[in-house]
Amino acid sequence: MNAPNKSGWKPTTPAGTDGAFGGPATTTGNKALMLEEPLIFEIADNQTTGVDLPQVDPSAASRLGGMARDADIGLPGLAEPEAVRHYTRLSRQNYGIDLGFFPLGSCTMKHNPRLNEKVARMPGFADVHPLAPTDTVQGALGVINELAEWLIKLTGMHGVAMSPKAGAHGELCGILCIRAALEARGDAREVVLVPESAHGTNPATAAFAGYKVENIPANEAGRVDLDALKARLGPDVAAVMITNPNTCGLFEPDMRAISDAVHEAGGFVYCDGANFNAIVGRVRPGDLGVDAMHINLHKTFSTPHGGGGPGSGPVVLSEALSPYGPLPFTARTDDGYIHLVEEEGAADYGHTQAFGRMTAFHGQMGMFTRALTYMLSHGADGLKQVAEDAVLNANYILRSMEDVLYAPYADSGPCMHEALFGDKDFADGLSTMDLAKGLIDEGYHPMTMYFPLVVHGAMLVEPTETESKATIDQFITAFRSVVERAKAGDQTLATAPHYAPRSRLDETMAARKPLLSFIDPD
Amino acid sequence: MRYLPLTDTDRSAMLDTIGAASVDDLFVDVPEVARLDGPIRDLPMHAGEMAVEKHMRGLSKQNLAAADAAFFLGAGAYRHHVPASVDHIIQRGEFLTAYTPYQPEIAQGTLQMLFEFQSQVARLYGCAVANASMYDGSTACWEAVAMAHRVTKRKRVVLSGALHPHYAEVVRTMAKFTDDEIAGAQPAIGAQPDNEGLIARIDDNTSCVVVQYPDILGRLPDLEEIAEAAHAKGALLIAVNTEPVALGAIKSPGELGADIVVGEGQSIGVGLQFGGPYLGLFAVRDKKHVRQMPGRLCGETVDADGKRGFVLTLSTREQHIRREKATSNICTNSGLCALAFSVHMTLLGEKGLRQLAAENHRLACIAADKLAAVPGVTVLNDSFFNEFTIMFDADARQVVRDLAEDKILAGVSLGRLYPDVDAFSGGLLVAVTETTTEEDIETLCSALKEKLS
Repeated sequence: MNAPNKSGWKPTTPAGTDGAFGGPATTTGNKALMLEEPLIFEIADNQTTGVDLPQVDPSAASRLGGMARDADIGLPGLAEPEAVRHYTRLSRQNYGIDLGFFPLGSCTMKHNPRLNEKVARMPGFADVHPLAPTDTVQGALGVINELAEWLIKLTGMHGVAMSPKAGAHGELCGILCIRAALEARGDAREVVLVPESAHGTNPATAAFAGYKVENIPANEAGRVDLDALKARLGPDVAAVMITNPNTCGLFEPDMRAISDAVHEAGGFVYCDGANFNAIVGRVRPGDLGVDAMHINLHKTFSTPHGGGGPGSGPVVLSEALSPYGPLPFTARTDDGYIHLVEEEGAADYGHTQAFGRMTAFHGQMGMFTRALTYMLSHGADGLKQVAEDAVLNANYILRSMEDVLYAPYADSGPCMHEALFGDKDFADGLSTMDLAKGLIDEGYHPMTMYFPLVVHGAMLVEPTETESKATIDQFITAFRSVVERAKAGDQTLATAPHYAPRSRLDETMAARKPLLSFIDPD
Repeated sequence: MRYLPLTDTDRSAMLDTIGAASVDDLFVDVPEVARLDGPIRDLPMHAGEMAVEKHMRGLSKQNLAAADAAFFLGAGAYRHHVPASVDHIIQRGEFLTAYTPYQPEIAQGTLQMLFEFQSQVARLYGCAVANASMYDGSTACWEAVAMAHRVTKRKRVVLSGALHPHYAEVVRTMAKFTDDEIAGAQPAIGAQPDNEGLIARIDDNTSCVVVQYPDILGRLPDLEEIAEAAHAKGALLIAVNTEPVALGAIKSPGELGADIVVGEGQSIGVGLQFGGPYLGLFAVRDKKHVRQMPGRLCGETVDADGKRGFVLTLSTREQHIRREKATSNICTNSGLCALAFSVHMTLLGEKGLRQLAAENHRLACIAADKLAAVPGVTVLNDSFFNEFTIMFDADARQVVRDLAEDKILAGVSLGRLYPDVDAFSGGLLVAVTETTTEEDIETLCSALKEKLS
């Protein structure tokens, strides 16, 4: 390995080049508390380590069968103080929900209670092996079982598959259950219908599971066009994948009629449950005729998003689909003992036709403990309040902005947990992107941009239930001012953000000349 | 309710602004038949922090934690010591409570970390490019098979018999829906993996050969030989690693000719957690395959002022752009687990990882020798890293259950992994790490001596 360049790192800001918004340049490239940070490959070397381990005698017995490593790996090491500093400095260049309002629509950035973290770290959950003898893990299986019961009761469904590792993995699980059920009755259907306002993962999932995907248009009110859907149903349609509340932030009032029509045509209804937090405790999807729905535990039940994961996506199933759910699963017998059913005996517990295994072990246990802790904290009454406050906060933003910002479906009625806006009336040369970057300078993480695709320059704002009225009022004031600037043609927005750790990044260059890992300078 | 800041005064003021008489008016689009009037019955009402913590602690105490046992479980999940600073860093709110870095200007912390993580994984695996993590090793293994299908336009998948059976099941499950044909085999008991038999199954329709390294029985197959045979037929070699610490002591799969290297990263920084969340690692040896990779990639670029910065890139492969044309439906990654891995790996560095691997191997050699001396026990492996297979005449499943009563978690029985193969019922996988003490090894040996006599 080339020795990492321990001393050669220099900040990339040349002296004197800071622009009008940056103030005077500094020789270090740092700006007071905002510190530039090199890569570990530029400050670490292959002789330093931050752990204490014995030096094993190289002549000691080796059973590596001729596979012993001779080449260096090239891994940089730092002593503990320098490592802690490196990552602490990096952390300060991130916006998180702990820092401020994070109204990312469809992503549900709510407060992450630290009790959940404390519980997930209890040794009985954190320090337990997935293949430990079942007698020694009754408490861990108890968490899975108790959480499964909560999910069944909250959704009014019949069964639940706990193992999917994320929302999109859950979608795949649901579609595979549908496919297994259809195959069991010898019905080879080929098409999955996906309304325009569905999540992007839905068509990707259906295609990945081997289905042809067809779009169903939205009507003028931003909902599924029921007539178009009914007209397309037929003996080749395996399922409809619908997001409800949908990605325009609206509830699908025809949901029951849609389910009835799909069932009558011999198909199944998949509901994307990513937006379950808008209806949790107030509406049970089972009462609307849903056959399968994944629940993003990290969204509705507040497990931290961790910069993009891990997620967790258990799938609730109707009576018709429950026998097909994947292995493994838990079953509590009358004596209170919880069995972990992997292969043997699945049929004894009603899983007569499990379609297989989706992941090596039992799913995201660390997320299960956090989600159950959150559910127990809120209870049935609190979860109902969660949905109500999330919806109240979103409608408050919608009605407080609609006089200055185009709100395409504002006349269709209340929104659910998120408010949708479009970029109409902006001055030439200014876009939704510019508005979002302007919000960064105001100290806010921007909303979701350019999604859903049905609205030009879309902006999807989701406050969640864990924001106070004062926080939302401050945001509205800032949001309105940036909108006014976009409409007035304030060109400083075109180069925003000016106060972030980085100005606009060249994404085209990153894609054209991909540089995806560190290369030693010589 | 401590997490909900709105007061009743706030709520009525907000309803006034909205122009709604009550919060029920905001749910008018929900069909009346589906609207619940009160809290769902049969579920408890809200509880204070102290009560919830007590309930969860009660459940936690019904488990035997690894630290409270003589512990020898492995088979795809390993117990290693995680430095305290790793958990401290991942609990910093700016990492813990951030989202996918869609606004790179205020997500450089996550992005730079992912770039460093990709670089560490690529080097560990002997590959050109690694992605920014996947759900876990088993799903990464499936994604590699799907990628080989895309690259070679072939559909026949040759699975080594010594691939972790749960990984093989995930591949079989997914293949049912993509028309891939699986040519898999059950493992055969033997001191050496059956490379010849595996190579004989590779043909002109083979998209990939999937080999675990070290394999499920702890043996170390010669990947070079398999890579040559696969390449001669135009197939890709996928190497699967479930114990990254091993790569501190053995040659990297990329170096030995594997085209795609995938694995489980849990050993470094993540912890056992009863099976999840874990960390899927995914890398390709040759840059030309980058655009066929699933999942997220973080790339280096510059900002408008010329400063170095990082962004998610090549995302046309991801679901949020091309929808049904995406290479994978994967959306989430394991960002926080990737951070834990990266911090732990930075603390180890080259020197620490090598020492850690050497210490694991040293203790495993001691355990193998001591177990071999127990009457009735045979050590199957010629070669191993920190996990090996022992055989005896009793049913290992029962032995494991019995020993657990004395707080000895003796290993993973082959009967649990292969319930249908009678010949395996006397097999036990024993894993040893730096957390195992020589006293633990003695405890296991004495217990087995007593049990088998």
